[in-house]
Amino acid sequence: MPPRRDEIDGYFRREYGRCVASLVRFFGDIDIAEEAVQDAFTVALARWPETGLPPNPGGWITTTAKNRAIDQLRREASRHDRHAEAALLYYQDEPPSSDERAGPVKDDRLRLIFTCCHPALARSVQVALTLRLLGGLETPQIARAFLVPEPTMAQRIVRAKRKIKAAGIPYRVPGDAELPDRLTAVLAVMYLIFTEGHMATDGDNLTKPDLCNEAIRLARMLGDLMPDEPEVTGLLALMLLTHSRRRARSAPGRPLVLLPDQDRTMWDQELIAEGQDLVRRCLRRNQPGPYQIQAAIAAVHSAATVAAQTDWQQILALYDQLAVCVPTPVVQLNRAVALAEVEGPQAGLDAVDRLDLGSYHPYHVARADLLRRLGRTSDALVAYEAALALTANPAEREFLDQRRRQLAAQ
Amino acid sequence: MKQYMLSVHMVEGEPPPPEDQIQQMYKDVDGVNAEMQRAGAWVFGGGLHPAETATVVKVSDGEVVTTDGPFAETKEQLGGFWVIKATDLDEALAWAAKATAACRGPVEVRPFQDEPEG
Repeated sequence: MPPRRDEIDGYFRREYGRCVASLVRFFGDIDIAEEAVQDAFTVALARWPETGLPPNPGGWITTTAKNRAIDQLRREASRHDRHAEAALLYYQDEPPSSDERAGPVKDDRLRLIFTCCHPALARSVQVALTLRLLGGLETPQIARAFLVPEPTMAQRIVRAKRKIKAAGIPYRVPGDAELPDRLTAVLAVMYLIFTEGHMATDGDNLTKPDLCNEAIRLARMLGDLMPDEPEVTGLLALMLLTHSRRRARSAPGRPLVLLPDQDRTMWDQELIAEGQDLVRRCLRRNQPGPYQIQAAIAAVHSAATVAAQTDWQQILALYDQLAVCVPTPVVQLNRAVALAEVEGPQAGLDAVDRLDLGSYHPYHVARADLLRRLGRTSDALVAYEAALALTANPAEREFLDQRRRQLAAQ
Repeated sequence: MKQYMLSVHMVEGEPPPPEDQIQQMYKDVDGVNAEMQRAGAWVFGGGLHPAETATVVKVSDGEVVTTDGPFAETKEQLGGFWVIKATDLDEALAWAAKATAACRGPVEVRPFQDEPEG
């Protein structure tokens, strides 16, 4: 059966990161790599419907792209194009099969991830490049995902590629001394992609790529490439456990349903099982880090079939551990919410009131809820007002407004 | 090998640090210079007199005009720079880390355009 157009698209999308990364290693140039893969795509569109799928589509794409690029560069080099000459020279300098002799081959994608997430690039640029080069997303899709005009996103990506080339940002997995810091940036980029998808609420917009699944795909890839990094496993677990609740996060007429009110039968048990399994693996390894602890907290929530069964003692203990790793007021705020469940709303409120987080809307949301539970209705209304004034997300705004109106009607 | 400029940015008009600190800074910068030279990374480097000593020369309507400088009327001015050779940005950034610690000012790293062939 000859492959359909959308199947060919699918192969290219899945193989894009791997192929571009290999071609970047061959030619030392992202633009050449991307153009070559695009070229191979055109060839596949013409050929695959006739010949059927090649036995190894990924290998076919890389080989075809490489050969097309070499042909193209030779033509340009014969016209004394210095750029093409340099790329060819780079290619010939690459000793064949040297990697095989050097032992286990580090995947090319791993090098490219560290290039995309290099600290010399701004975070927004790191995110865009990672989605483009490793996720294989088209620039307009990335622009839509981050609500940025398409030309702005296109320019951001072009500038970033130019900087990588001009400034000589290397294609290399950092050495042991730098690795912890550099990996932190990679994980932050992936988590940012995930939370952007998680916060997005305009589900009607079908053209918007599913950033949560994209982030999970990237985290799985990173987990395969760096199986000995417990924080990578922790991040994947955190994403899976958070994503398992996506269907329960909204309901008809309720744009946002918070954890205690969610219909837990709607949680995705398959993702929960996988996430919990990863959390257990992290626990056995016993090298905790912020993502692993947050995943453990999510795992405790996911173990409760009804909200009342939640093991808040354990969650509080995990927040204590997280507060040591990440000593920020935001973590203290989450800890205070757990404390309220263990010791009552007054203890929670006392802890919240000690924090200097007046410009952070979840602070006011937490205060409002605790004040409401303490029967301090007018103070709670003031806190909801403060939260609303700081919230832009439409679903969250509607949720807060509903809460406020319910309270005012009492 | 690529070449990079590591430029040191100074805020003009800030009170200078005490003399002993200045002496220590000179010593530290000499140390970094020596290390760059030993490693073969050194191309050139030096500190500049304050921007009030600058003179700007430009062509205006076909005439060469000389004016009292500096060119940019900002508080942040170039205080000195290194030109180094490095294999990639990571190597250049590692030198910049040593440079900023020695000279006690932020260091901007910029790649030179490719050297002409020949």
